[in-house]
Amino acid sequence: MSPPPAPQPVIDVQDLYKSFAGFPVLMGINLKMMEGTTTVVLGASGSGKTVLMKHIMGLFKPDHGQVIVDGENVSTMNRQQLAVFRERMGMVFQSSALFDSMTVGDNVAFPLREHNPGLSEREVREKVKEKLAVVDLHDVEQKFPAELSGGMRKRVGLARAIVREPKIVLYDEPTTGLDPLTTESVDEMIIHARERLSVTSVVISHDIGSAFHIADRIAVINEGRIVEEGTPQEVRRTKEPFTQHFLATWFGRT
Amino acid sequence: MAEQTAAAPKPRPSWLKPLEHPLVVLGELSMFAGQSATSIFRRPYRVGLLMVQLEFMAYGSMFVVGLTGLFTGMVLALQTVYAFGLFNAQSLVGATVEISLARELAPIFTCIVLVARVGSAAATELGTMRVTEQIDALETMAVDPLNYLVAPRIVAAAIAAPLLTMLFNAIALFGAYGVAVWAKDLSPGTFLNRIQTLVDVKDITNGLGKAAVIGFVVTMIACYRGYRAEGGARGVGIATTQAVVGGLVAIFAIDYIYTAISLSGPQQPAGGLGG
Repeated sequence: MSPPPAPQPVIDVQDLYKSFAGFPVLMGINLKMMEGTTTVVLGASGSGKTVLMKHIMGLFKPDHGQVIVDGENVSTMNRQQLAVFRERMGMVFQSSALFDSMTVGDNVAFPLREHNPGLSEREVREKVKEKLAVVDLHDVEQKFPAELSGGMRKRVGLARAIVREPKIVLYDEPTTGLDPLTTESVDEMIIHARERLSVTSVVISHDIGSAFHIADRIAVINEGRIVEEGTPQEVRRTKEPFTQHFLATWFGRT
Repeated sequence: MAEQTAAAPKPRPSWLKPLEHPLVVLGELSMFAGQSATSIFRRPYRVGLLMVQLEFMAYGSMFVVGLTGLFTGMVLALQTVYAFGLFNAQSLVGATVEISLARELAPIFTCIVLVARVGSAAATELGTMRVTEQIDALETMAVDPLNYLVAPRIVAAAIAAPLLTMLFNAIALFGAYGVAVWAKDLSPGTFLNRIQTLVDVKDITNGLGKAAVIGFVVTMIACYRGYRAEGGARGVGIATTQAVVGGLVAIFAIDYIYTAISLSGPQQPAGGLGG
């Protein structure tokens, strides 16, 4: 699982500041993510990691600084530009966020039907089947999300996120609230997605075990700042006090 | 949850404090209404979703609107026969009932039914979608949630409300006729004739216009409440309550404003009382 060499960052977060109602959440985030790698942004609840991700998606506008994705400044895009930009992004939500009024097949087909009206119904169904196979799901198209387990819902969420073949996939707390076996299978899903689709993955998580399993690089965020960043091995050997303390909750105190 | 910006807190005069929250809500609602209204005219036009909403709002409400209308017409006839009997003016019962129905009761009662049935459903559905991140998911898939979720609902309500008001009108008049003529022994000819001479088409179109405006606004309020829901099941419950209560208050407030404006022009009674 060695990280492939990557020449220049796909996502470049530069000096990002954001506060809500006068309360600072992000205080100067700098982070680069390379093409085809999996970066885990690791942090406790309330550390600002979800806010950081929403900036990468262009859902929030920064107070200061910018987010460059693929050489384009996300922070200054207008509505139309964002719509075009988001074709390159897929997002997997913590709660899967599947449309519960639609079948699994319709959920996965939704982005295609919205944005690729030229595709025939047969082509749409083939693509849906193909993407469900990527996440190791078969013959679930007719089921409703409520009939699936949490892990399966997450897989459907990923299938929906990758159906238009994005370059970047963001995962919001993919393993939160899952049992250890399901966590394992979601980790495998993320690793497979990177291998099979060679996407750049960004994972927001507080699950240390999962992070060290899937990450090429780990960035530790605390109180709105990146306090440590590097390969899992580098982060494991950190001298930075917060990271040491945070990791000790998982690896045990040395 | 999706607030894009946050103003730096500035000290405000103390008399403003009790007004602050309602003003914030009103401001947010106005912005939401403006954005939703413009999203109606942005491509893609959601004709399929509009039809789904129309089926739910108009077709689905027919029975309860009809039933409400029947009883409203019946009780109105009873009361009017009694009151007009006090000064021997029973011949005016039909016209009075129909003017009250067309101008006031049909649009208002129809919209009350709409708030109960449609407003609560819209707030709950959008609220649940908000707290389960389905609205965020739409946004990340480059689908405008206002265009996809709100626009079909508010347009459908503006169409369904006048349609249902017409139904209400018709059934209520039938109920009133039944009570007045069959139970209270009024002459059918007098009942109907006075309606023709005293009720103007304007009375009916005025009521339909009112229904369209109110239907649009109360559904907008319901969508706003659902769209801004936060905090899980409890948040959705609060949003639904606020949608129904806000909708009910809005009905009567708009009713007064609309009526005041429509009556402010030069008025000419349609027929005159005659005998």
